[in-house]
Amino acid sequence: MRQTLDYLRETASQTAGPYVHIGLAPGAAGFDIYREELGRDIAGPNARGQRIRVEGLVIDGMGSPVKDVLIEVWQANADGIYPTPDGGAVEDGFRGWGRVITDFETGEWSFETVKPGAVAGRHPTVSSVARRVRDTHPDWMGRTDEAAARMAPHLNFWLVARGINIGLNTRMYFPDEAEANAADPVLNLIEWEKRRATLIATRGEDKAGLPVYRFEIRLQGDDETVFFDI
Amino acid sequence: MTPAEFYQRDRRLQPPALTPDYKTSVARSPRLSLISLENTASEITGPTFGHGDIDPIDNDLIKNHARTGDPIGERIIVHGRVLDENARPVPNTLVEIWQANAGGRYRHKKDSYLAPIDPNFGGCGRTLTDGTGYYFFRTVKPGAYPWRNWINNWRPAHIHVSVFGTAFCQRLITQLYFEGDPLIAQCPIVHTIPDPDAIQQLIARLDMNASVPLDCLAYKFDIVLRGRRSTLFENRLEGN
Ligand SMILES: [Fe+2]
Repeated sequence: MRQTLDYLRETASQTAGPYVHIGLAPGAAGFDIYREELGRDIAGPNARGQRIRVEGLVIDGMGSPVKDVLIEVWQANADGIYPTPDGGAVEDGFRGWGRVITDFETGEWSFETVKPGAVAGRHPTVSSVARRVRDTHPDWMGRTDEAAARMAPHLNFWLVARGINIGLNTRMYFPDEAEANAADPVLNLIEWEKRRATLIATRGEDKAGLPVYRFEIRLQGDDETVFFDI
Repeated sequence: MTPAEFYQRDRRLQPPALTPDYKTSVARSPRLSLISLENTASEITGPTFGHGDIDPIDNDLIKNHARTGDPIGERIIVHGRVLDENARPVPNTLVEIWQANAGGRYRHKKDSYLAPIDPNFGGCGRTLTDGTGYYFFRTVKPGAYPWRNWINNWRPAHIHVSVFGTAFCQRLITQLYFEGDPLIAQCPIVHTIPDPDAIQQLIARLDMNASVPLDCLAYKFDIVLRGRRSTLFENRLEGN
């Protein structure tokens, strides 16, 4: 008998196309069909922490704004906790997820939320066998596991559009978190220091004093934004 | 419990970013390599949805925008299961679809194709999978339509499908095609996918057993999302 592996293969991605709004944001396509469109309110009314606005452009390789992009955002709350299916430890109404579309004329997008907190970092995956070997190895004796480095506050982005064959994953970090950013294990994974800067927004304020973070996402060219294979 | 990590995505069966036969990808594709990121909490968690978020009629495209009667077109059921790579069902996950009407026209302010809007057809639907990962929609079969790429490109009949899973790294948008459509073989968007079997996996099969006699045909379309590893994070038992 020939041995077989009974795994299925992930369904292949296809572009979301120019009419993605019909399915995911029909109001923007020009009609009203659902009782409520999803992803309009990321943080909800009870969220703790600093209210912020985030805005920007997605820019193509010719330097033009991408006017038909759809962005999904996924973030932790101000305590660095992600919602879980049972609601978990986040505030009532905190979804942590949003859907953002652009102005069709200018390509500008923006959304309001709360600033996320630092998130517990990745624990190293060590099997029990590997761990036993390690713990008895002379080079390791006497050492203890360092706590997993915390990840600096960040927003997770997923971009789809016409011409994008498979959704692009990136992260936005905050410029007022220089110390946390310097220790962030994901930013530090990026070999080229100048590329790390592509993930850090700039900060301003609106007339009412609300912090506004601006984040340009460059699909290619000089200063191409870092995208992740997650 | 801390959710487990996922198998790495097999990029050999996924379309690359740069696919010059699909011209729009040329200026919209990153040129530098993706940075491979071992899963953190940010990737293995994801949004969840409930029945309070949607209405029961949302999965019936024949009725959810009906004004003066039913939409024109071939009435069909599209159904299947959302599974992961371990062949386990993905229950209670949001599936959203959108499509052109039977004439190949989208209800979108940016679509100006000469085929008319159908007053009784919106073109979008959404549903949650049940406890076994099963979902279904009722709709009309979309028409082929021309698009600007080469001078005479036509999209095969297709339905756009969006699925969440349980983690942000499972997020997927794809397109469903219909068995027997000769335009599939000619489509530069279909052929952004380098793997022939992966293309076959996007072609829904005519499912006579699920059709309704004297009412509508059915097509079956299973969707596979990335699977979780069974070796959990440190401090967890192995093998679940
Ligand atoms: Fe389409």
